[in-house]
Amino acid sequence: MLAAWLRILALSRKELLAVLKDRRSRLSLLVPPIVQALIFGYAATYDLNHVPYAVLDQDHSAASRQLLSGLDGSGVFERVADLQRLGDIRAFIDARRALLVLQIDQNFERDLLSGRGAALQLIADGRNSNTAGTAMGYVTSIVGRFSADWGAAHGFAPPAVQLISRAWFNPNLETRWFMIPGMIGMLTLIQTMMLTGMSVAREREQGTFDQLLVTPFRAYEIMAGKALPSMLVGAIQAAGVLLVAQFWFHIPFAGSYLTLFIGLLLFLLAAVGIGLLLSAVAATMQQAMLYSMLLITPFSLLSGLSTPLSSMPSAVQYLTAINPLRYAIDITRRVYLEGAGLGLLLPDLWPLALLAALTLATASWIFRHRMQ
Amino acid sequence: MNASAGEPPALLAQSLRKSFRRAEQAAPVAALDGVSLRAHHGELTALVGPDGAGKTTLMRLAAGLLRADGGTLQVLGIDVAGEPQQVQDRISYMPQRFGLYEDLSVAENLDLYADLHGVGADERAERYPALMAMTALAPFRTRLAGQLSGGMKQKLGLACTLVRSPQLLLLDEPTVGVDPLSRRELWDIVRRLVAEQGLTVLLSTAYLDEAERCGRVILLHQGQVLFEGAPQQVADRAMGRSFTAVPAPGQPARMLQARLLDQPDIIDAVPDGARVRFVRAAAAPAGDDSLRNLDAAAVPPRFEDGFMLLLRSHAEGGRSASISVSRPIAHTREAVVSVQQLVRRFGAFVAVDRITFDVRRGEIFGLLGPNGAGKTTTFRMLCGLLAPSDGALFVAGADVRSAPASARARLGYVAQKFSLYGPLSVQENLEFFASAYGLRGDGKRERIAWALRQFELGAQARTTSAQLPAGFQQRLAMAAALLHEPEILFLDEPTSGADPLARRAFWRRITALAEQGVTVIVTTHFMQEAEYCDRVAIMDAGQVLAQGSPAEVRELARTDATPEPSMEDAFIAVVEQARARSRAAGSVPGEQHTQAAPR
Repeated sequence: MLAAWLRILALSRKELLAVLKDRRSRLSLLVPPIVQALIFGYAATYDLNHVPYAVLDQDHSAASRQLLSGLDGSGVFERVADLQRLGDIRAFIDARRALLVLQIDQNFERDLLSGRGAALQLIADGRNSNTAGTAMGYVTSIVGRFSADWGAAHGFAPPAVQLISRAWFNPNLETRWFMIPGMIGMLTLIQTMMLTGMSVAREREQGTFDQLLVTPFRAYEIMAGKALPSMLVGAIQAAGVLLVAQFWFHIPFAGSYLTLFIGLLLFLLAAVGIGLLLSAVAATMQQAMLYSMLLITPFSLLSGLSTPLSSMPSAVQYLTAINPLRYAIDITRRVYLEGAGLGLLLPDLWPLALLAALTLATASWIFRHRMQ
Repeated sequence: MNASAGEPPALLAQSLRKSFRRAEQAAPVAALDGVSLRAHHGELTALVGPDGAGKTTLMRLAAGLLRADGGTLQVLGIDVAGEPQQVQDRISYMPQRFGLYEDLSVAENLDLYADLHGVGADERAERYPALMAMTALAPFRTRLAGQLSGGMKQKLGLACTLVRSPQLLLLDEPTVGVDPLSRRELWDIVRRLVAEQGLTVLLSTAYLDEAERCGRVILLHQGQVLFEGAPQQVADRAMGRSFTAVPAPGQPARMLQARLLDQPDIIDAVPDGARVRFVRAAAAPAGDDSLRNLDAAAVPPRFEDGFMLLLRSHAEGGRSASISVSRPIAHTREAVVSVQQLVRRFGAFVAVDRITFDVRRGEIFGLLGPNGAGKTTTFRMLCGLLAPSDGALFVAGADVRSAPASARARLGYVAQKFSLYGPLSVQENLEFFASAYGLRGDGKRERIAWALRQFELGAQARTTSAQLPAGFQQRLAMAAALLHEPEILFLDEPTSGADPLARRAFWRRITALAEQGVTVIVTTHFMQEAEYCDRVAIMDAGQVLAQGSPAEVRELARTDATPEPSMEDAFIAVVEQARARSRAAGSVPGEQHTQAAPR
């Protein structure tokens, strides 16, 4: 038993040496996850900023100016033009010079004062449905606020129903808070899977695998020796992304690090299991690389990282059950933002453990039988 | 055949210099250090010299692929540095690892190179049949290049190189890793090109018998020219210093060889058929009787004798490369490897076809055979890397595949190509393999120190293995395989591509190991090396065609025409007879085994 452990340690040490000795590969393990986390933090956001909009103000009244100052002062919208004619609207939208055009009718203030209620026309460029929808939502809430303020100032009765919404865990609903904890799983999955898959494929390609097989190493010892360093690297990468989230983006960490890393440990086991499975099947590094590329896209699309699982068709939702990333992202978000404990995470933990056991067992079976 | 006075030589180098910088070394390494040499039109010129002599660098400079640091190099009268394209339009260059596309067929590879060189349809129609006839590849036109044997690949590479007719042909070690039969065929092609078409050829080689057949040889050593001229002149340097001696009856030639090498005035000793050939540092003075107790006879010198003499005056190493193991194993003569009716099929293809042999403790057993004969497959089965389809095999008393993993600790295995970890240093590789074999603490430190000492790797301990020259890598691979003091050592073509000095050092170690009870099983393409073995088996098409002591196997080829056949003669005769029989039988090689009587 001790001999087996010493062999596993020797192999792990060799793997780490091979990866860490070279300055370039050392950097390639640490820098990309951090840089990607930074880029994602800034780039992958559904929060709108600097939305270009144009106005066709036919009223030129105090009320229309007050409404527009609400839009301009929101920090979200940037007025790019004051249009003069109805015909200009089409030109602006077609040329993508404005995402939204707000048309204020010439009777706007009079209608408001008369108490009949006034109408506004908002035209949006629906070619990007997501952005248009979000922008229209912003306008709706600004108009709602204007309407309430204006009513109060002019002595009208308040609206019958007033909705006061509060988002828990992410009070300002910043995409970044949602994205970055999810990135912990995503980034470590890519690197862990590739690192494991490539390390065996490289040995096979360069003939060193045979040399390893004629030593007293058993198949499971080789697998363990390959898995441990990859998991260690994965855990360090996860810690790196975690640091970026907390100290660069100042996203408050609500949970326990221990809980998070217990979850990540199971996830990394599953990721390493998939990597070993790939390497058991792939004959060359090129194949291992291709297979992992093929897997990364479905893993990330079906993970709930950017699109909610609940809005996917139910058949696809079943498919996500075998995606370890799905559980990892759930775990990181829940531990990070809501401070969930192990008990609450059980529905994520046991499928990860099952996936890890299945992939590792299958990889080990293939390893032993491919030698025939 | 030399050029007329006015015409420039085919290749003319003057004070040519080229250095390379390695990552961790401060000073650049001089690959060519002021080299002046020439090659003549219509002549076959050989570049010989140990690994790292600068042969490939010179080839690449001549092909305009590298730029010299200093000096001048003219190819066909054109300055290569100034007009590389002009030169490249007139020459053909076949590098050591020729770029065949393994997923394309023979014909497609040929077409591709014809396209690349802009060879027109008319010219193809004229050249293809000639190339196909020359290389005998016509029956394999549709076979994928990746499925050709090593020798056939080299022939296809040569055909691709010759799709257009060059004025100068550069061949960088074209026969490395090629079996004797294919080597002979390749060599015939090259000689015909020179003799019949007046082609000018410059080739580098590690085989000294090949150099001997060239019109002119250039001996490079550590970036300098040691000799330039006719091969006979090299041989003449050993005039009066070459001898052969006959070993005591029943004793392998290597024992006598080792004894001879221990004498200070003997520069070189190698097994040569039934005898041991040796070269003395100086011609024996009159009345000298130091050879009296040897059954020695003076023989006319050959190229190799002069070559060793030349090199020995410039380089040491390889002589003192003996080795000692810490716990010698008793020579009990029982069979430690036993193979019975072993079969390995890959689909319909039978790679190993009912082979049977035994290897006794402390023996050196040689597996000889052309590329694709099934030697490596046999090796992989013996080491437990591959399951046999049928038959039985026992290694150190156990079937490696069913025995516990710890049984593998009794084996050492050195693969055909360097298979240690390139990014790790020499020391780190040794530490890893020591741990893999369960060594630790003082024992581990001692064994690593032993390996560094015995294989003269101490100075390179911290060097990254991938950056070591091939000869050092080979020593490192051996060192790693011996750390755990295995009883049985498997060596798959350990000397392929190694220079003559490295090969001598290698065999010195192997014989010393065998003397101390280690059983060695080795495959080789160098037939002279078979003489180091106690017994050899010749394999072809998955079958053992002949086995026995080197003397017994040589005996098989004795005819009136060749009363003293060499191992190479015997090998070619045995393989060709077997192939003729299987052709006559019209199918797979049959049941007949040419079995030499066991001793």
